[in-house]
Amino acid sequence: MNPIQNPTILHGKVLVAGEAEGAALVGREPLSFWGGYDQHTGEIIDRRHPLSGAMAAGCILVVPASRGSSTTTAVLLEAICLGTAPAAILTATPDTYLTLASIVAEELYQKPLPIIALDPEDFALLETGQRLRVLADGRVEVAGALSS
Amino acid sequence: MDLHLTPEDRAMLDGERGLAVQMAMRILARMVPVYGADRLLDITAAHIDSALFQGDATLDYAERLAGLGAKVVVPTTLNVSGVDEHGWRAWAVPPEWAEKARRQMVAYQSMGCQPTWTCAPYQAAARPVFGQQIAWGESSAIVFANSVLGARTERYPDLLDICAAITGRAPAAGLHLEENRAGQLLFRLTGVPRALQEDDSFYPVLGHLVGKHAQDQIPVLDGLDVEPEEDQLKALGAAMASSGAVALYHLVGITPEAPTREAAFHGRAPSEIIDVTPETLRAARRELSTADGAKLDMVVLGSPHFSLAEFKKLAPLLEGRRCHPGVSFLVTSSRTVKALAAQAGYLDPLERFGGTVTVDTCIITTPMLPPEIQVIMTNSAKYAYYAPGLLGTEMVFGRLEDCIRSAISGKVERDETW
Repeated sequence: MNPIQNPTILHGKVLVAGEAEGAALVGREPLSFWGGYDQHTGEIIDRRHPLSGAMAAGCILVVPASRGSSTTTAVLLEAICLGTAPAAILTATPDTYLTLASIVAEELYQKPLPIIALDPEDFALLETGQRLRVLADGRVEVAGALSS
Repeated sequence: MDLHLTPEDRAMLDGERGLAVQMAMRILARMVPVYGADRLLDITAAHIDSALFQGDATLDYAERLAGLGAKVVVPTTLNVSGVDEHGWRAWAVPPEWAEKARRQMVAYQSMGCQPTWTCAPYQAAARPVFGQQIAWGESSAIVFANSVLGARTERYPDLLDICAAITGRAPAAGLHLEENRAGQLLFRLTGVPRALQEDDSFYPVLGHLVGKHAQDQIPVLDGLDVEPEEDQLKALGAAMASSGAVALYHLVGITPEAPTREAAFHGRAPSEIIDVTPETLRAARRELSTADGAKLDMVVLGSPHFSLAEFKKLAPLLEGRRCHPGVSFLVTSSRTVKALAAQAGYLDPLERFGGTVTVDTCIITTPMLPPEIQVIMTNSAKYAYYAPGLLGTEMVFGRLEDCIRSAISGKVERDETW
């Protein structure tokens, strides 16, 4: 990973450790992956969600939490297996559904997905398109100054 | 918080109870702090959503556990699978999908789970009792078990429910604990006529409204003038668990932990009070439909799975009538309830009407619908909520009577006078 020059650094809680880098994709509403995430393409398909139509594969997905169906975990696991998952997921609260998918992906495929819970105030600072770097200790580097 | 494991938990984690138990406990132990807990507690029943085939990864997981010799240690029912095991050939299910979904069904049955294959196990098999600690998957079943039965389960995701069933343990957190079951938001019915409260379609619409607002909080509803039927409570909770992540609701004077408003809130004040009016209900009802034309390809009922009482109610409405040839009429249910309905004679009018029943699964958990099905009408808020994203279909939400009327005429007809 290339270091980000003069980053703003946020400190999150590590739910599943790992490193990732990519563009932020930020949705302010919780997302159900079942019915909301196409595991074959990585597209957000919940037509009622503000990120509807966005491609999340390879992005750092930033959503407050998951929502709804218990199958969210299975869909994220499939996406990790198929290579269509986000590069990392940042939430505003520890999310059991998303964390579990990553833990099982590590059990089955040794492919954990970094999952970090941010403080809600830090979560609010992130915007779609920002370049982010997620570090194994829970730090999130954000390129450029943040408007808050 | 430090993780406190009992000697038996430790034995499982160390592999002394076999590799499958070790894997299940390894996953559970990592999840305990994510739940904000520091220990596990005993559960005495489980309902497993993990058996739903989603792709190679869920099958890998099932066959890994089964291959390691996993066995459940508590009575365990199975949620919907990815295929109607004996009926899929009548639909557009790809044979490769059917075969993999069937393998996943076999894997979970080999672990000792009961082949109930339903999202409404409380109407087909085991029904937990008040206060019982259980580990259930399936959002609509979780909210029913907690709210209507007073059993205690967290909102378990797929893949974790089976770990609880294999170990008999679950994180001591969330709704397992009395102190976390207090109501948080108060929804007051204001100016909602009694006649509307007696209408089946009121409950999914109300649930959609409440779930969207409550998200993962515990709503308390006050002001109902009627005692809802069980299937109305089923529809209410399923809708809340679709538009939100509601795992427990209280109905003042009706559900077991809410004899009074004070009891529902454990004596505390609600964090917010929301008035539910005919206007807000109408807005919620509009949100459940994505199509507004007359075109209609299919009517589908039964999410959560149709109960025996619902089949009994449906039968006379179909008697002597005939579905339009351009419309498919489908009811999704469990194999148990279908068998009971057949013996009671409730399926004969449905067959003469031109309708069919699919069991084990439903339209959003198996790829059964052919591409020409583009506009679907339903009385289920859960189908209405999920189908546009999962199937790409347009949805029309309507009352049961309007669904039937539309199936007969071949075009969407709705009485929306309320």
